Amino acid sequence: MLTVESLAFGFPGRTIGRDVSFNLEAGEVMCVLGPNGVGKSTLFRTVLGLLEKHAGNIRLGDAPLEQLSRSEIARRVGYVPQGHAGYFAFTVREFVLMGRTAHLGIFSSPAKRDGMVAERALESLGIAHLGDKPVTEISGGERQLALIARALAQEPKLLVLDEPTASLDFGNQVRVLRRISALAATGISILFSSHDPDHAFLCARRALLLDEGRVLEIGAPRAVIRADTLQRLYGVSVQVMPLPGGAHTCLPSMNR
Amino acid sequence: MNSRSLSYVLAAGALLALTIVAFAVGRYPVSLSEITSLLLGQPVGANVETVVLQVRGPRVLAALIVGAALAAAGTAYQGMFRNPLVSPDILGVSTGAALGAVLGIFLSLGVFFVQIFAFAGGLMAVGMVYFIGSRLRGHDPLLALVLTGVVIGTLLGSAIALLKYLADPYNQLPAITYWLLGSLAAISPRDLAAAAPLALIGLAPMLLLRWRMNLLALPDDEARALGVDTRKLRILVVAAATLMTAAAVAISGIIGWVGLLIPHAARLLVGPDFGRLLPLAMLLGAAFLLAVDTLCRTIATIEVPPGVLTALIGTPFFLWLFALARRSW
Repeated sequence: MLTVESLAFGFPGRTIGRDVSFNLEAGEVMCVLGPNGVGKSTLFRTVLGLLEKHAGNIRLGDAPLEQLSRSEIARRVGYVPQGHAGYFAFTVREFVLMGRTAHLGIFSSPAKRDGMVAERALESLGIAHLGDKPVTEISGGERQLALIARALAQEPKLLVLDEPTASLDFGNQVRVLRRISALAATGISILFSSHDPDHAFLCARRALLLDEGRVLEIGAPRAVIRADTLQRLYGVSVQVMPLPGGAHTCLPSMNR
Repeated sequence: MNSRSLSYVLAAGALLALTIVAFAVGRYPVSLSEITSLLLGQPVGANVETVVLQVRGPRVLAALIVGAALAAAGTAYQGMFRNPLVSPDILGVSTGAALGAVLGIFLSLGVFFVQIFAFAGGLMAVGMVYFIGSRLRGHDPLLALVLTGVVIGTLLGSAIALLKYLADPYNQLPAITYWLLGSLAAISPRDLAAAAPLALIGLAPMLLLRWRMNLLALPDDEARALGVDTRKLRILVVAAATLMTAAAVAISGIIGWVGLLIPHAARLLVGPDFGRLLPLAMLLGAAFLLAVDTLCRTIATIEVPPGVLTALIGTPFFLWLFALARRSW
């Protein structure tokens, strides 16, 4: 679904990452890990065509990204940015309907069918009851779910989520990760970033470790999330503990 | 009937009532029955016909058109700049128009050319702001536009000040001051025939793109990721809003506050969806300016400039909104 080859990315005039290559199959979940400021969001924005790539290739399916229009990209890729409260007071339903824009003619407004797609997206995330509330008056966790619903209303093949669990309480983090797994099971490819390596263990088939703008390791979470790689990424010592049943978890050490 | 439809009905009703009142009151009062007969084509006194059709008619129509145009442009800008405290002149259209008009008066041109100068000045100011602002890379595009608008506005403001300083204090300066305060008193049917089509041309893209306008209120990245070419859409909105505002300002002079207050009040009533917001803002804008203008010509023996009255109403309202301001809109 998504192929990235020797990608260099960054802001105009400043490259912050290079030599990034990976591909994502249909229904595959990949988690990007890396310290603050390493360029996870910048990588995602480049993959979405919101920032121009500095070198390399990005392909969505068979099509090179640069040959696709904004609406063609939006019909393939849904973007869930880090949520914030600075919106006008659209209702959650109106907000999710905005996900239909790429499927509409330039002068059209959403039709009944678009309303149904939006409604399904709301229901699949369990927030249909919030439909008439302004997005400015719901909690951060609910807004995160509304953003995911809006991306689902795009009916994308690939979903890019920028720290979808940031600023959520423990329960909402788990709920979002469960949604990610469930969506992947329907065949949607998912690329997300997190600050918690455990999230990669919980729901990703592969993890991409980004260090100083380059790929440190990429592979199955169990293979690449190790004490030495985490030490390298975050500069703290961590034990990766196997759990009964085959799961793993990371336990930071408080001694230097 | 839900509260939203009620808002439209009340606004339309208020507009209709105000229009009738505006035709009736003034130095030569006209009774309701005389207005009805005139509308039904029944014979009325020649005085009544002159007052209603030739004296008050253009003025009432002008208030409706200018009020609706300023409110529509303000609605578009508040959505696009994601800020409810933005007015249609944020990119300098009014200051540019003012400079054009002041220059026209300074050069002792006739009314017609003063209006052409005002219109062209408004378009040129915004064109300059957009040209410079969109070339300041590495900044948030909206912030760059707003700050360029402020800076260019200040520059044009000093040019206006210079012309006022140089102007003839007996002939030109009063005319300049009068224009800068705004007035609907001297509007002729010909002015309306010029301004109305321009305002309609500006309105058309807003109506057609009413759904996409909503997405401009999202952060730029989000709108683009949802499939909107924000740069093109923004140019179109700026052009449309500028055309509407410049057409209005060219015939009425600068009338502040309408484009700031009315869209905000309309949003409080029907929410931020542009397709619902635009018609209500236009109804309210027309009604508000008509009410203000009618007061202006009736409360005192001399005409009060409408800009003064809108500011008197607008300032406390603005402060009240600001005090109420939630973190987000």
